[in-house]
Amino acid sequence: MTQEELLPLLLNKEEKGFTLLYDMYSKSLFSVISNLISNRDDAEDVLQEVFVKIWKNIDSYNESKGRLYTWMLNIARNTSIDKLRSKGFNNSQKNLSSDNFVHLLDDSNKLVNRIDTIGIREFVEKLKPKCIKLIDLLFFKGFTQQEVSEELSIPLGTVKTQNRTCMNDLRNFLKV
Amino acid sequence: METQEYIASGILELYVYGMLSEAENMEVTSMAQKHPEVKNEILSIERAILNLSSSFSPFISNSQFEKIKAQLELKHSKVIPLQPKSSNYSYLGWAASLVLLLGAGYLFFQLNNTKEQVVVVEQEKTKLKESINTLELQNQSTKEVLAVVRDENNKIIPLGGQAVAPEAKAKIYWNQKTDEVYVDASGLPEPPEGKVYQIWSLKLQPQLTPTSIGLLVNFKGNNSKVFAVDKTSGAEAFGITLEPAGGSASPTMEQLYTLGKV
Repeated sequence: MTQEELLPLLLNKEEKGFTLLYDMYSKSLFSVISNLISNRDDAEDVLQEVFVKIWKNIDSYNESKGRLYTWMLNIARNTSIDKLRSKGFNNSQKNLSSDNFVHLLDDSNKLVNRIDTIGIREFVEKLKPKCIKLIDLLFFKGFTQQEVSEELSIPLGTVKTQNRTCMNDLRNFLKV
Repeated sequence: METQEYIASGILELYVYGMLSEAENMEVTSMAQKHPEVKNEILSIERAILNLSSSFSPFISNSQFEKIKAQLELKHSKVIPLQPKSSNYSYLGWAASLVLLLGAGYLFFQLNNTKEQVVVVEQEKTKLKESINTLELQNQSTKEVLAVVRDENNKIIPLGGQAVAPEAKAKIYWNQKTDEVYVDASGLPEPPEGKVYQIWSLKLQPQLTPTSIGLLVNFKGNNSKVFAVDKTSGAEAFGITLEPAGGSASPTMEQLYTLGKV
């Protein structure tokens, strides 16, 4: 199922479209949400809110501005940050949880999908610590290149390329 | 080589992450449309990061899926928005309502007809009930007649026709135990208007002494033509005369229809 196949179903508000959308993206979006919001109930509330927003605002998605998945990622990040603000957390993204996404594997309170975990844990151990930080900040937390450059003390011009190198390692591991 | 450099710059990863400006996004989208290798690279990056992040998702219970569906009102069938139809449909609508109106009128007419039919049927039912009652009464009287005929205690006295009515005949059933008297008047002609048959028990010795034992009232209405009259004892003969309505104190002998000795 590609974005091109899914989108018409969503635009037609077909229930099958929602089921496919949820199956394809709910885990990814929930990992992003959970990485920003440590309270499980709040994270679940945000997940619900995100899918409601996706469903109701699908007409405003514009393919020329990016991938459907990317559009949904931004909704997930923004809704999570709004939730944190409403709970009285500092506005700055830099003051978000200092944990990176890898902590999601170690949190015993959260039942991680064990089948996926084993291979990924192995991979994460092999992955350079800098790669984990880069992917965590850029993808999971939505930091700008400038913010990442400052946070990790690396030259601004190398953020993109260093991230690409890390992603190539991941793609080699996943064979995609 | 230009596209390879473009891909190697790492801009496509940030495009998928959603970390580029709107202008940069437009640029990458147009590059992807022009160059299939850019497009394929974007799809591979998307698969990789989707796969990675999905693997880090905490467990999501099924109830989440149901809760969201409930919020989206997807539990029920798809909501179809009402849209104004073309004028053809509107004419169709008017036509449909006209058909409905005519249909309703026809049904109203039918309903009234049916109501009238119900009234008629009710009347017929009442008539049938009356006939049944009549038949039951007739049946009852027939049973009584049969009881009279079969009663072995009854003495049967045939009465023969007299001068005024040679063809007339009748029978008297006289119960020897109870003195009850029944008259079978089926052999008598129907009495003219204003007249009535009167039954007499007669004693012949020492002189002819008639005693009235009753009138055959409602002669026409009695189908069995068997009448109960007053009891009598010691009668030596019975006679039937035609008298004015209400009967007479003594028999009009010129109008003696039948007579028979015991």
